[in-house]
Amino acid sequence: MALLTVEGLTTGYGEMEVLRSLTLRVEPGRIVSIIGPNGAGKSTAMKAVFGLLKPWQGSIRFGEREIGGLSPDRIVRLGMCYVPQTDNVFPSLTVEENLEMGAFVLSGSTKERKERVFDLFPRLAERRRQRAGKMSGGERQMVAMGRALMLDPKLLLLDEPSAGLAPLLVDLIFEKVRDINASGVAVLMVEQNARKSLELADHAYVLVGGSNAIDGAGHDLLGDPEVGRLYLGG
Amino acid sequence: MARVLARRAGGPRPSARLRRAIGSRTALVALLALVLVGLWWLAGAQGVTGQRLLSLAVRGVMLGGILALGAIGLTLIFGVLRIPNFAHGDLMTWGAYLALFGLTLLPAGQPLAPFSFGAELLLLLVLVMPLVGLTGYLLDRLVFRRLRARRAPSVILAMAALGGAFLLRSVIYLGWGADFRNFYTGRPRPAVELFAGIRVRPDQLFILGLALLLIFLLYLLLERSKMGKAMRATADNADLARISGIDTEGVIRWTWLIGGGLAGAGGVMFALDTQLRPEMGWWLMLPLFSSVILGTIGNAYGALVGALIIGVVWQTSTAFLNPAYGPGVAFAVLILVLLFRPQGIFGRPGGA
Repeated sequence: MALLTVEGLTTGYGEMEVLRSLTLRVEPGRIVSIIGPNGAGKSTAMKAVFGLLKPWQGSIRFGEREIGGLSPDRIVRLGMCYVPQTDNVFPSLTVEENLEMGAFVLSGSTKERKERVFDLFPRLAERRRQRAGKMSGGERQMVAMGRALMLDPKLLLLDEPSAGLAPLLVDLIFEKVRDINASGVAVLMVEQNARKSLELADHAYVLVGGSNAIDGAGHDLLGDPEVGRLYLGG
Repeated sequence: MARVLARRAGGPRPSARLRRAIGSRTALVALLALVLVGLWWLAGAQGVTGQRLLSLAVRGVMLGGILALGAIGLTLIFGVLRIPNFAHGDLMTWGAYLALFGLTLLPAGQPLAPFSFGAELLLLLVLVMPLVGLTGYLLDRLVFRRLRARRAPSVILAMAALGGAFLLRSVIYLGWGADFRNFYTGRPRPAVELFAGIRVRPDQLFILGLALLLIFLLYLLLERSKMGKAMRATADNADLARISGIDTEGVIRWTWLIGGGLAGAGGVMFALDTQLRPEMGWWLMLPLFSSVILGTIGNAYGALVGALIIGVVWQTSTAFLNPAYGPGVAFAVLILVLLFRPQGIFGRPGGA
């Protein structure tokens, strides 16, 4: 059974319709990537799945449960966490405190969970007492991902994790996404870097104008001439 | 020549560099120090003794402690809720009058020498703090929560807070009238010599000690407790707090309880040091906002530093100015800060 099933989702901001009858599925333990031109509604799709936008039509199911219209703090408890593209850390809090905030809904010690995140991102362990606002873009992205992993989510939503990072760091972040996935967490991500994300993804959706255009296995789309022409730069 | 080359190489223009230097933290601190030295010089020119100036500085630190109790709540409420809470000064007044009401109910005990107040005032302080906190939270439930749900802009929130201020003050006028009051009438409050000829009233030392204790407890709460960390997180980035699953309504409730509680304590202390009158807190709003902006809006420790600076400058100015001009002196400091470094001592350029 699919972990996340979006069917016929239509939504937008105010009067403006951004997503039109979007359909997508994420199977447990898989990496699913959404690519598409600017303004296609990729980030909007993530926000709608996470409850930051109310669906106008259609359904969003997490496991068997309908989550369309639930608020983010309820969705977090069900096992889905989200890393926004920008402003995704608490700048005046230390790395450690950022992680603790990711586990706010849990009572009791979060020490073990923090250590697990530090195992995944050894660089954060060295800087656990540093304020997140004083860190580089790549380190912040790690803090943000670490925060979202504190609840042991079944599904992690990543909105452009590589945006604005130097090429070396982009590789590092993609490597970390692979590691996270290898630990059993399904990942749904939006990426500008279409080629890299298709290489990583088990399945990918191409969004155009708020609707599905093409979808298929990541490697198949990499070889698809139309996708290549439109989004991979020839 | 070298300057021209530097500019060609992409360096900042000299004027921009000058502006940045003027807007630096060091420059602001130097400017404030200069203001203080200027005040001392003015006072000295009028024959005020050094001992008296030192006494005033000590009293200024004490006044700064009172201001800090108000300013910290003001800055927390702004940080977490983005409400410029113009009712904060009146929450302080409300605390003072609640304590006065309590004193009329309780039998007056012996003063705790060398202080002018008895144990009953300490008991009332413990009762008044949560009551004022609850008043703040009630204001939030009745007014601000509805406005939040409609995503009201901050001007509307400021106007609503102003309405809350008028409401509170009217209740005080109705209940106690416009007369000046004292917690204890007819008790002498002599100043004693601290050291080196510095004279202060024992009450003032108590006030300073209490302010420091409360601020230390707040520090523990903000840095060690989960709710305190969540408050700082929400002040940093409210959207991310919600996304992370932080109970933002709980954070809001605690922010009002703590901010209001500190304001209540500050009001009682201010009344103990001076007198009660319905507009006492309202007149503190200028110094409070000056402290908050000086110490960078949203930064609780900054508010403490700002309040201490404002307190010392205010008290020092009374060496040669009528004390009634105190809020005006605080306002002058505010204007200096806004001109040279609007983000305050601890702010980053361009951001609050």
